[in-house]
Amino acid sequence: MSTLYVVDHDRGEIADPVLEGLTAARALDAGVAAVTVGAAADGLAGALAEYGAAAVHQIHHDELRDYAPAAWGDAIAQLVESTGATAVLSVGSERGNEVMAHLGAALDLPVVANCIEIDPGDIWEMTRVRWGGSLHERARLDAPIKLATFAPHTTEAAPAETPAAGTAVEFVPDLGPEAAITRIVDRVITEEGVTLATAPVVIAGGRGVGSEEGFAPLDELAALLGGAVGCSRVVTNNGWRNHKFQVGQTGTVIAPEVYIGCGISGAIQHWVGMMASKNVIAVNTDPDAPMVTKADYAVIGDLHEVVPAVIEEIKRRRG
Amino acid sequence: MRILTCVKRVPSPGARIVVTADGQAVDTNMLGFAVSPHEECAAEEAIQQIEQHGGSSTVMTLGPAAAEEQLRTIMSVGVDGAVLLATDGSDWDPMATARALATAIGELEAAGGEFDLIFFGNESADSGGYQVGVRVARALGRPIVSGIKGVDVGDGEVTARRDTASGAEVYQLPLPAVLAIKEGINLPRYPTLKGRLGAKKKEVTVIEAAREPGGQSMVTLVTPPSHETPTEVLGSGAAAAPALVDVLERIGVL
Ligand SMILES: Cc1cc2nc3c(=O)[nH]c(=O)nc-3n(C[C@H](O)[C@H](O)[C@H](O)COP(=O)(O)OP(=O)(O)OC[C@H]3O[C@@H](n4cnc5c(N)ncnc54)[C@H](O)[C@@H]3O)c2cc1C
Ligand SMILES: Nc1ncnc2c1ncn2[C@@H]1O[C@H](COP(=O)(O)O)[C@@H](O)[C@H]1O
Repeated sequence: MSTLYVVDHDRGEIADPVLEGLTAARALDAGVAAVTVGAAADGLAGALAEYGAAAVHQIHHDELRDYAPAAWGDAIAQLVESTGATAVLSVGSERGNEVMAHLGAALDLPVVANCIEIDPGDIWEMTRVRWGGSLHERARLDAPIKLATFAPHTTEAAPAETPAAGTAVEFVPDLGPEAAITRIVDRVITEEGVTLATAPVVIAGGRGVGSEEGFAPLDELAALLGGAVGCSRVVTNNGWRNHKFQVGQTGTVIAPEVYIGCGISGAIQHWVGMMASKNVIAVNTDPDAPMVTKADYAVIGDLHEVVPAVIEEIKRRRG
Repeated sequence: MRILTCVKRVPSPGARIVVTADGQAVDTNMLGFAVSPHEECAAEEAIQQIEQHGGSSTVMTLGPAAAEEQLRTIMSVGVDGAVLLATDGSDWDPMATARALATAIGELEAAGGEFDLIFFGNESADSGGYQVGVRVARALGRPIVSGIKGVDVGDGEVTARRDTASGAEVYQLPLPAVLAIKEGINLPRYPTLKGRLGAKKKEVTVIEAAREPGGQSMVTLVTPPSHETPTEVLGSGAAAAPALVDVLERIGVL
């Protein structure tokens, strides 16, 4: 088996799930080689070696200055051909899945997205995520080159016992100017500081919050704890909060140290978005709500009384 | 302008998703059907773009004959026509799905003219392969970007916005183009009675879909291990606040 691991990065910055995926890929193939696209990612070679990349294929081309999904897919397809790789893996992040879909289309091969477990062999047997994690699927992959992504938050990222060589190897693909037709042309920065996806503490509000204004105490509590506010789909559908704060299957998947769900029933599509949280606390009037029965800790009661009382208590203790 | 939206009929799950005894499907005895929230938003976006720029929009699905229900629902909020690529209802892998959709789009365009935009959902609600749109776009030789939460059609091009943790990325694509849309781009409207009645009269074109075998196949569906842990109830109402803060202190986030 000769395995490539495609690194999702933004101008040289990688997100956590990338090293989780590399850890999982290393378990499948101890000789795994990483792939970075664009010179901005050259500096990642050291970190990738630490997590087990025997080599790092650095793809360089003028058209690959910034993220361009189709061009990334085309360039990696050429690298696959030139290296004779028999497996290409990545992480099931937004970009990871997108680039792998382009690679699969370019090579006319199947791509199995968001795997939790892979049993390699002539034919691969894998367990993958369905319904955003509410269900799993056992799947078979029969293809000359196996393409798959690892679902985020299923493996702990762990450095290799002895760092791998991480030998940098340059690869220059043959791309025309039309290759990067979907390149990023602009970026808008709207959020500073703690973001929902990476906040150590998330205070999430659901239908029980009752209104846009009802979120004020949740915002205050989040600020006190250096956390972020999240919400359920009912909240975004009611226009109380922007969809970028939605946690769940069709929102953001989070894994904070602490998640506090206030007035959220814990429907399966919400639960799959926060079940990787280390500690789950529910605040709900209904002791039988799934969020309460599945939580580690619960307070039964009206969130409009509980949350302000918690804020007071924190302020009191901090003096 | 002509816009096509592709949607997939899926069970509309309740609090738990139950698998049939043979492990081949979701038990839909007690369930209704829907399309993914991303696809609802994609259809809404098509309607809004047509309202703004003129033209017509079409919705297409590959699925069992019963998927006509989802096509009619989408037509009832303002999409003009529908195409059903009829299957026996079995689970099609993304490659087979994309091939059938791309072939049908080719036939529709040969007959009625090019679609300036083709919208997909970012991922289907049930199988979530994150790829059918990309495969179709590449088969048609058109640009595509996924995860789109903003669409602005200009002269011969479309500007598309995708959210990131800290803001947004902006892409520009020449038309004709394909976009995979994400929930949150808009708030889909609800069907009115008049809309529902009107949708009954609209035409659904039915095409038999031919399946080409692919390399990915589903063996069985399984219910993941449940997360049921004993819950420590800290108390009731405001009086439980100190106990909750104790927990935060113990975890180390205070
Ligand atoms: C394909 C698909 C994808 C989906 N994706 C998502 C997703 O990404 N994210 C998501 O959240 N949902 C998603 N959903 C929707 C999901 O099924 C639920 O409808 C939704 O999560 C419910 O939101 P909620 O808990 O706020 O509301 P409800 O289910 O109505 O629950 C409200 C809860 O608040 C409690 N409550 C009421 N008043 C108070 C009060 N004053 N104090 C304390 N507690 C109170 C109630 O006891 C109840 O438990 C999806 C659904 C589908 C079909
Ligand atoms: N059977 C289908 N019929 C029509 N469109 C589909 C079908 N399956 C998937 N799609 C479209 O492709 C998108 C991505 O699907 P997937 O690759 O399965 O995540 C969906 O959101 C739909 O827009």
